[in-house]
Amino acid sequence: MNASANNLPSRLDPFLRAEVEDLYARYSACVDSGHYEAWPGFFTEACTYKVIPRENHERGLPLATLAFESRAMLEDRVYGITQTLFHQPYYQRHSVSGILITEVTSSGIAVEANYLVIRTRSKALSEVFNTGRYIDRVVREDGSLRFAEKCCVFDSEMIPNSIIYPI
Amino acid sequence: MNDRTHSTAPLEWHPGGPSRVPYRTYVDPAVHAIELERFFNHDHWAYVCLSCEIPNAGDFKRTSVGERQVIAVRDTDGTVSVLENHCAHRGAQFCQKDHGNATELVCPYHQWSYDLKGNLQGVPFLRGVKSDGRINGGMPGDFRKSDHGLTRLKVEEWNGVVFGAFDTSVEPLRDYLGPEITPWYERIFDGRALTLLGYNRQRIPGNWKLMQENIKDPYHPGLLHTWFVTFGLWRADQKSSLVMDAHGRHAVMISSKNEGGKGDVTQGVTSFKENMTLKDTRVLDVVPEAWWKGPTVTMLTLFPSVIIQQQVNSLSTRHIVPVGPDAFDFHWTHFGYADDSPEMTRRRLRQANLFGPAGYVSADDGEVIEMQQAGFRQHPDYQTVSELGGRDIGSVDHNVSETLIRGMYGYYRKVMGV
Ligand SMILES: [Fe+2]
Repeated sequence: MNASANNLPSRLDPFLRAEVEDLYARYSACVDSGHYEAWPGFFTEACTYKVIPRENHERGLPLATLAFESRAMLEDRVYGITQTLFHQPYYQRHSVSGILITEVTSSGIAVEANYLVIRTRSKALSEVFNTGRYIDRVVREDGSLRFAEKCCVFDSEMIPNSIIYPI
Repeated sequence: MNDRTHSTAPLEWHPGGPSRVPYRTYVDPAVHAIELERFFNHDHWAYVCLSCEIPNAGDFKRTSVGERQVIAVRDTDGTVSVLENHCAHRGAQFCQKDHGNATELVCPYHQWSYDLKGNLQGVPFLRGVKSDGRINGGMPGDFRKSDHGLTRLKVEEWNGVVFGAFDTSVEPLRDYLGPEITPWYERIFDGRALTLLGYNRQRIPGNWKLMQENIKDPYHPGLLHTWFVTFGLWRADQKSSLVMDAHGRHAVMISSKNEGGKGDVTQGVTSFKENMTLKDTRVLDVVPEAWWKGPTVTMLTLFPSVIIQQQVNSLSTRHIVPVGPDAFDFHWTHFGYADDSPEMTRRRLRQANLFGPAGYVSADDGEVIEMQQAGFRQHPDYQTVSELGGRDIGSVDHNVSETLIRGMYGYYRKVMGV
């Protein structure tokens, strides 16, 4: 890896970039498809996954709207989404842009990206549901890239009632 | 009673008592305006914030009492003032920061400035502007700065929580809670220093009263919430009691968890999942705390503005801020105690996955409230029926009753004169 002193790649390997972009594209496709059982597979076994208000994140307040600490917890969440959480069903559509690799080190690839999630309920207008920034750490495991950390820091001050599906 | 013809008649209540609530109560803007006036803007105490959010002199937090925005600010003498966020000059909602620290409050429009108790201090050009040997402008001679302070609420800070009331003749806060509720309040807020863990905020498209009702309703948790019935956190076969104050306006639902599993109360309950196990059980790593003195859950509903939650190790206040008759903002403030071990803090944060807008047991409460509001809107002349456990009102030593909802509407009807 051709990285400068502060670990910012001066000339990023275009193949790595393509691979990271592909990871985000596949992730969005998964969480928007309704096939939530495939969602934990994007993470390492010891991963962390958080959905946290920007307010808490910037003030150093530890509470997150969702905070999971293992792939097993994500699998429990999938069970919750599909079996236990009563909710009005909706489509969601992620738009992820500005994928930025900020650091490449031995502990992984630090990636940030903007995201926008549109919610569409039955017979209703589509609406902005949640928007924010992914602050992630991606690692290579068995040849493919996975999330070791995924932190969804959302700007949206008021959640429109509830968040059920993965961001 | 369910007259299917649409009518524009004023709110008509069932003669039998407060077990029936007309749908109109939840959707009518005229009813809503009276509720704001009588419950939020008058002689009822409302939740403002936790003391640990504004620990130091000059610390302020912007929040709301009913639909009015207020600023809670701690002065150099340690006392908290709660001031309405509109400038006494031209009405601007001058404070545009959610929190911060200030030595004075200044409206950017004409630089009127107030001290931290809301007294008007500075008025530019109060005595006019000297120009070419004469004085132009200035306020009239009888203008008194003391007449133009910010609206200041009556405030009580009680064991780490700040409450405010617009009507300064309101009874003392402890009397407002009453002797039935106070011990449960003081069980959580016993004067120990609190630590702020963070916020969750959601807008629920339903009438604000429905959230009070939701937490006065022990009927639904073991039916709607799989996690509660399956893991024994709240279900109808638990040792429980439902306590209300003498007015029926405040309540506590008290219960002790059991081992869950199959039983009479899971017969035919589709949300019960007999074989459900967690792949990572740390979310339910419950460790009893000495101050519980028994109950694993106490849900306090302080009418009209706040719910205080102890659900095993998870603690929060849930602040209700109405947004017209059809919605309310629900602000969750999670906290712990300053002497919590790091493990206890982590436990409180893990269990927070059950609560809030995405929580395993709270997300669906918002969803069903939205569905209720939609039902009410489509036929305002129908009425709800809350008659589990009878039609009377009073505390009971089980949780198979809607008595707390009836209690609240008994009080509501008195105050509203309906
Ligand atoms: Fe509930």
